[in-house]
Amino acid sequence: MDIKILGSGCPKCKKLEANVNEALKNTGKTAVVEHVTEYADIASYNIMSTPGLVVDGKVVSAGKVLKPKAIEPLLN
Amino acid sequence: MFGWLNYLVTLLVEKGFKMDVESAWGSSIHFFFYDTVKIIILLGLMVFAISYIRSYFPPERTKKILGKFSGITGNIIASLLGIVTPFCSCSSVPIFIGFVESGIPLSFTFSFLITSPIVNEAAFAVLLASFGWKIAVVYVITGVIVGIVGGIIIGKLHLEKEVEEYVYEKRNGTDYVQEMDAKDRLEFAWDNVKDIIHRVWLFLLIGIGIGALIHGYAPAELLSKYAGPDNPFAVLFAVIVGVPLYSNALGTIPIAEALIAKGVGIGTALSFMMATTALSLPEMILLRKVIKPKLIAAFLIITAIAIVIVGYLFNIWAPFLMA
Repeated sequence: MDIKILGSGCPKCKKLEANVNEALKNTGKTAVVEHVTEYADIASYNIMSTPGLVVDGKVVSAGKVLKPKAIEPLLN
Repeated sequence: MFGWLNYLVTLLVEKGFKMDVESAWGSSIHFFFYDTVKIIILLGLMVFAISYIRSYFPPERTKKILGKFSGITGNIIASLLGIVTPFCSCSSVPIFIGFVESGIPLSFTFSFLITSPIVNEAAFAVLLASFGWKIAVVYVITGVIVGIVGGIIIGKLHLEKEVEEYVYEKRNGTDYVQEMDAKDRLEFAWDNVKDIIHRVWLFLLIGIGIGALIHGYAPAELLSKYAGPDNPFAVLFAVIVGVPLYSNALGTIPIAEALIAKGVGIGTALSFMMATTALSLPEMILLRKVIKPKLIAAFLIITAIAIVIVGYLFNIWAPFLMA
């Protein structure tokens, strides 16, 4: 599984990344987690609110710091 | 509205600290506790209410609405949407790209970008706490006007070439819009309250602390002589100092409140606040990723001039507003 966090490195984006890692640990799944910080790349996902969460190339959330519990069902 | 709080804090100072509220220390302590509690109550209520409304206006929706307007109406709508659209400095760049790429004129985009940081519910709440509703409402209206005028002037300068080329590239696919139900909206509003209080409490306490000291100790004659409404250079000086200073604007409000009580012009204090929020170095560095130095300079100069004018107008109107 391939997970991308879209955001400029603001505190909220880092929090989301931490929550994603916790969700991965809870579900026992493994994934490559990447932080996309270039604005041109972020814009190519058509989101205007950061942080964004992308799972396998598909945007699943934008402008929200999802809690680990809310991330778990998104990880298939 | 806060008579009960004034009563309780006076009781605390007189019975708890065994001090006279009229004394220098007594009035400083009274100011500190009274302001802290009042600001936190108003801030929490205001942020919660506006955030709930805000959840209906994500930037993607704002973009769609703006696409329908042209001319000055567009600037007015853009400036007004700047109040309600969720906005933190880290999302200003993606919003800028989204607007410009979808063909929204630079003029509207800047009306939005100027108003957004100046007018927000947190500043409104603290102004309400410190100066009452008249000043708070006038602050919002002037903030919106600064955005409208600034955007129109930037539009007239035709600086479209001063935007980085990649911003104009067309992107495939449709916008992702976060779906929300009532429970999500309440959670969004509550998260915002926690987030804002978490971000500003320290600035606020420092600001209230400095304000409290000014309240008890600053020499009123000296301040009103040099920074009073009659000194024509005070506003200019306040803005020049305010631009590079990146404080959380909210922390400056209690200081402004105490300074005004000591005779500093209210316009002078408000333009200082606007300058610290609307124009800051970190914001410029972020914007540099999408616009070139010439447009950044235009944005800076136009907004600064507009804020100076607001300061003078406020100094002239203040006697009528405070009445």
